[in-house]
Amino acid sequence: MPKTYQNPRYPYRRSADQDSAGAHHPVIIVGAGLVGLTAAVDLATRGVPTVVLDDDDTVSFGSRALCFSQRTLEIYDRLGLGDRLQAKGVTWNRGKVFFKDRLIYSFDLQPEGGHRWPAFINLQQYYPEQWLVERAEESGLVDLRWKNRVTGVSQDGDTATLSVETPDGPYQLTCDYLLAADGARSQVRRCFGLAFDGQVFQDHFLIADVVMKADFPTERWFWFDPPFHPGQSALLHKQPDGVWRIDLQLGWDTDPEEEKKPENVIPRLKAMLGEEVDFELEWVSVYTFQCRRLERFRHGRVFFIGDSAHQVSPFGARGGNAGVQDADNLCWKLAAVLDGRARESLLDSYEVERIPATEENILHSTRSTDFITPKNAISRAFRDATLELAAELPFARALVNSGRLSRAYCPPHDGPGPLGPNSLVPGSPCPDAPLQRGNQRSWLLQQLQGGFFGIYFTNQPLTEEERGKLARLTGDHPDLQSLVIARQGCRTPGLWQDCDGLFEARYGATPGSFTLVRPDQHVVQSWSVLDCEAVARSRAEALS
Amino acid sequence: MTSHLVTDPNIDAPDEFYAALTELHRDLDDPESAKVNAKLILLLANHIGDAVVLNEAIALARSKPGA
Repeated sequence: MPKTYQNPRYPYRRSADQDSAGAHHPVIIVGAGLVGLTAAVDLATRGVPTVVLDDDDTVSFGSRALCFSQRTLEIYDRLGLGDRLQAKGVTWNRGKVFFKDRLIYSFDLQPEGGHRWPAFINLQQYYPEQWLVERAEESGLVDLRWKNRVTGVSQDGDTATLSVETPDGPYQLTCDYLLAADGARSQVRRCFGLAFDGQVFQDHFLIADVVMKADFPTERWFWFDPPFHPGQSALLHKQPDGVWRIDLQLGWDTDPEEEKKPENVIPRLKAMLGEEVDFELEWVSVYTFQCRRLERFRHGRVFFIGDSAHQVSPFGARGGNAGVQDADNLCWKLAAVLDGRARESLLDSYEVERIPATEENILHSTRSTDFITPKNAISRAFRDATLELAAELPFARALVNSGRLSRAYCPPHDGPGPLGPNSLVPGSPCPDAPLQRGNQRSWLLQQLQGGFFGIYFTNQPLTEEERGKLARLTGDHPDLQSLVIARQGCRTPGLWQDCDGLFEARYGATPGSFTLVRPDQHVVQSWSVLDCEAVARSRAEALS
Repeated sequence: MTSHLVTDPNIDAPDEFYAALTELHRDLDDPESAKVNAKLILLLANHIGDAVVLNEAIALARSKPGA
């Protein structure tokens, strides 16, 4: 059915491993979807070779994930795909909320400037997947094996063993670490008999990708109880290639197979878009959804990333974005353990950090669902009251919940960070800020790519002593680089300048302060004065 | 200073307030009444704002008489 995109077909290739018993690899990834490919490319940028097994031979069918958040774009920029995503994707910051037949309010997701990447871009999931396949192949470190279906997994203390079915018959592989990126119906999860529990929502939703020439602006439009679809909700979102994503709530008493038929879909869309609008169906899917997660994301040698570990409702764009951030969290740790810079116990921090992020995603997505689909008469009364008030009174707009859109997870904290009231707390993702050096412009996050970074903030040219301290730090720790940033307006030739003062504001930096950043662009710790011993201790802790 | 829910008499003219509350629902059917009540709660909750006070009120509203 799709007309704007032709799924590539990647050939099955027989691997030498199929002819030798007991082939072993450091890392095997199950699933060449968005998350598995992200992990493979991230590990490749860190020099770690991987084998990726996928039971299919192509990228995503249909637009699926669609909304890529700022944090995800920052990660993809590190993997060399940021510009490509932005060039192809539809950038949007604005949303509109309708109730019945009228617009009740609009909102702007990113009123704050000074970020390299927008709050969101919309892009069909098959594009980043296809580009990740290209990056993986260019790297020379990713062995992508299509039509390789995992049928069994087991592990002992040292290795995981996989049974794989191919067009040429079965073979076995072993690995040090297995990343299960095989989606909501994870075969790896099934092999270990792990419970995947949570809340099922008794509702059906229809997703349609339609091609049309239309004058709708580049905004997210959400309707509660619209006249064209009474009693339900609807969402309209723009994609590249003249494609529009339409989500229609159908209710529980509907038959998914019936609803998917064009003769049933088209009248609903005509009611929404207007009889005169010409459109063609590109892809249709009916789904129910669940909010659930694995209790643990690490099981010995096996790590669950993305939908195999957790599932949320689609409101808030928290599925794909969370999976990409799982990979971002795990891959640098795996690389550090594999090249002997960190102990194995570092890998436990993956779930310690990602389970709270998952719980936050599940909480937000459950609340959105409860607002969008009230469970009883009084919930509906509150929802409708909120929507009616929101049309007139700004206070009520804060209560309207048509999806709380994905943002990078920040750990909870009591009180200010180590540099005072405006400073970042340890564990926060690094906010971006524009930098300038002479005529050259850059962004903070584009300077923090690869290993650990220490950001030193100054209001004058560096003294001999300061230079010595920074050289000693980076000399003692080859995985640590320093970045010196000069305060806005200071005369410091050769240094990056905080040209808009946003680094100082967003990090609470003061002259002489130092911030240690992890390879996944999260803050380890900040100090008001550079103390090499304290930094060395913090780096060691971040690796343990 | 943390404030708490006021449970001592605090309404200027109790009978007038109660009459206004009853009057508010005159001629409304049940779903309309429910929505009007919901609006009233939302308006008052926003006026209060303080999460401690709101949570105390929520807990008290749900407690069983005599409990």
